[in-house]
This record gives sequence, structure tokens and C-alpha cells, in this order.
Amino acid sequence: MEGAGERKRGVRLCCVCKKARASVKRPKTLDHICRECFYHAFESEIHQVIIRNSLFRPGERVAIGASGGKDSTVLAYVLSKLNRLHNYGLHLFLLSVDEGITGYRDDSLETVHRNQVQYGLPLKVVSYKDLYGWTMDQIVDVIGFKNNCTFCGVFRRQALDRGASLLKVDKLVTGHNADDIAETVLLNLLRGDVARLSRCTSITTGEDGPIPRCKPFNPNLDSFITYAYFKRLDYFSTECIYSPNAYRGFAREFIKDLERIRPRAILDIIKSGENFRISTTTKMPEQGTCERCGYISSQKWCKACVLLDGLNRGLPKLGIGRSRGSVGSENGNESKVEKSIQGKQCGTLDF
Amino acid sequence: MQLTLEFGGGLELLCDSKKIHNVNIEQQNGENKLTMKDLLSWVRTNLIKERPEMFMKGDTVRPGVLVLVNDCDWELSGQLETSLEEKDVVVFISTLHGG
Ligand SMILES: [Zn+2]
Ligand SMILES: [Zn+2]
Ligand SMILES: [Zn+2]
Repeated sequence: MEGAGERKRGVRLCCVCKKARASVKRPKTLDHICRECFYHAFESEIHQVIIRNSLFRPGERVAIGASGGKDSTVLAYVLSKLNRLHNYGLHLFLLSVDEGITGYRDDSLETVHRNQVQYGLPLKVVSYKDLYGWTMDQIVDVIGFKNNCTFCGVFRRQALDRGASLLKVDKLVTGHNADDIAETVLLNLLRGDVARLSRCTSITTGEDGPIPRCKPFNPNLDSFITYAYFKRLDYFSTECIYSPNAYRGFAREFIKDLERIRPRAILDIIKSGENFRISTTTKMPEQGTCERCGYISSQKWCKACVLLDGLNRGLPKLGIGRSRGSVGSENGNESKVEKSIQGKQCGTLDF
Repeated sequence: MQLTLEFGGGLELLCDSKKIHNVNIEQQNGENKLTMKDLLSWVRTNLIKERPEMFMKGDTVRPGVLVLVNDCDWELSGQLETSLEEKDVVVFISTLHGG
């Protein structure tokens, strides 16, 4: 800092172009750069991830999971820009899930509808009501505020897959920033979920599922919010009213506190997550299809059908918590099924 | 001192769901000097109507709140020590929720 130069405030120059006024500090490198150089750095980091991991092939149909939130909005904007700029040759779509949450999802869906126009990308919305016959509001009326994220998480994952197959896409991409990934690494560690811990830093997942999912993510991509703000992107930022999700909130706050003391902390948490990959010995259950709805499932019925069956029979606790005798548990895997259903939290991460 | 304050990323919910506030801050003992530190305590007292812990932690903003002074990250201008001038625009955005 230039000592007493109070009046000189903000005249530091960009350390890349050395011309414009620096306005962004990149937490990982501590570089101070101007807006234009920041846009360029941010976009090329995403491009690099795409190229290095050969994420796409020309002509592919790709759905962008769009929640209306900042990360997916930034991803939709940047991906459609890169697609034009570098001739990826992709057919891009926005895919949104309408959980049926009054005052939350209806507002964020309006954002997605505007994004459809702003970015010129076709939009598909799949709703819980259409797919399952229940809105989240109705589910919460029955089961209360506890455990509703279990429903939300299981239903959303399947809804995205169903939407993706309706769009006949080859891939589903979702937007994540470094904070999200670090938070997920930590949460999986805290839950003892080694299988998910080793998967959550992967660029591509679900190759065994109906639609591969990828997150063109890079640990250096920390500044989604700055990008969204400077580009004046239209996004929605209210928390899901059914997801106070205190546990996740604590984890988020914890890593942000760590970052303040040591800016590399987030990067290092992600690195730890990546290094856990090699130690995976957990065998994934064999995949079949759900007898009821045909969705991919390692059990007789998929998780959504188990939950739905409970709801429809007026036994909404079926399939969650410690209840005995859930459907699809004849083979003695009961506790495992329950655990995996429980472990899946609602939130921005569906990996 | 006249300033424009903008709240985003959910922080606007803490101040009457209003994103942009044009404020006029009376300085103590007529001194024409105001730092971000002064501004934060003024905001906390005068604008934040609920859950101040979502905005501040200790004497600074909560980690995860992005602060821009005239579109420039306050980390480049000295954070709490940043001195403000007439007609400055200060932006606070929470990055803590809403992916
Ligand atoms: Zn520059
Ligand atoms: Zn939820
Ligand atoms: Zn099923």
C-alpha cells in the first residue's frame, strides 16, 4: 500500500496489461487486475478445463443445469460465449427444475426465463408436480421441515436426468465455484462418505448413469460473484426457504473464516479431496433399473419411488430415518439404502 | 458525505429488501474524513434491520461478503482503512448462498 497516499486510492494499475486501473484481487495468486483482464482470465480458465478434459465433442447437445443462481447463470453466459468464440459446435440448452416452492422457485424461475431470452438458449423446465404428482410445498405440508431436503435432493437429481433425456442431450453441465467444492469435500469428510468424497472433485461423474454430468470447474475459479456483478448478469440469490441447512451453513462459514486467515485454504481443501480419489476402495453397488419407473437404481425400487410410495401411502417417513422395513430392502441392504438416501442433502451440489 | 450503497446476494434482505440506498452521513466533529470502518458501523446502526451477524463479524464484514468501493475490490484499497470521498459508491454482496 502506498503509505499516506489516501488520495491515490484505486490508482494501482493492472499487473497484466499495466494500463487500466486494477479492480479485482485474485485470492489465489494475489494478482491485482483490471476488469477486462479479469474477464479474460476467468473465461480462459473455464476454456482450459474444457479443452484439457476433452469435455465436449462438436455437435453434442448439452444441457446447462440452471437454477437462476449466480454460478449456473455465469456458466450459461460463459459457455455460450465460449461456444461461439471457439466454435465448440455445441447445441446448448437451459434445464431447470421447478420444485414447486412458492416465493422461492417461482421467483428464481423468472430469472431463468429472462436468461433464456438474454442468452438465446432454449429452456426446458421439469416440475416435481408433473414428474411425481407432488410439489415441494405439498410435501413439506405432510412431512414438516425436517428431512424435506432428503426429498428435495433425491427428486431433483432424478428430475434433472429426466429433463436431460427429454432434451435428448449427451451431457449435463452444472456450475460450481471453488467454495462449493471445498464445502462439499468437507461435508463428505464429516459424514464419512468416502465414496462421495472421492467423486466430488471429479470434473465428470455419472458415466454409469443415464446422462454424464460435468462441471467445467477449476480450483482457481473463485470469483463467480465478481464476474456476475461486473457483467451485471441477472441472477437470483435467495436461499431455499426449506433449506436452512445449518450443517452446510457452518461448513461454509468455517472455510470462509479459514480463507481469511490463509487464502490458500480453499484450494488446499480441494486438493485434499482430489487426493482422496486414489484411496477409493468402496465398491459401488451394481446398477439396474427401478421396477416401478425404469430409472437407474441398484435396488428394486429407486430412491424416488421409495420416497414417493411413502408419501402416497401416507407414510412419509418411509425410506428416511431409521424406520424398518422399507421397500426394496429384502436383500439386507436396508441400512445402506437408508444411509445413502439420508446422506444426500438438498443444495446446489448434485454429485 | 453523500454515498451510494448497494446490497446484493441476499444482504438486501437485511435492510428492508432495498438494494440501493442513497445516504448522507453526518461526520463527527465536522471532520471531512470517513473510512470504511466508520461506514460499516454506520450501516450496522442505521441500515441493517435484522440478523446483523449475516453482515458483520467482529468489526469487519463477515467472510464471504464481497466489498467494492467504486467498482474496485476493497482489498486493493486498504479494506477498513479505505478512505471514502463524496459520491463514492460502495457495494456489499454476499457470496454465502445461492449457487
Ligand atoms: Zn488489465
Ligand atoms: Zn431443499
Ligand atoms: Zn423408480
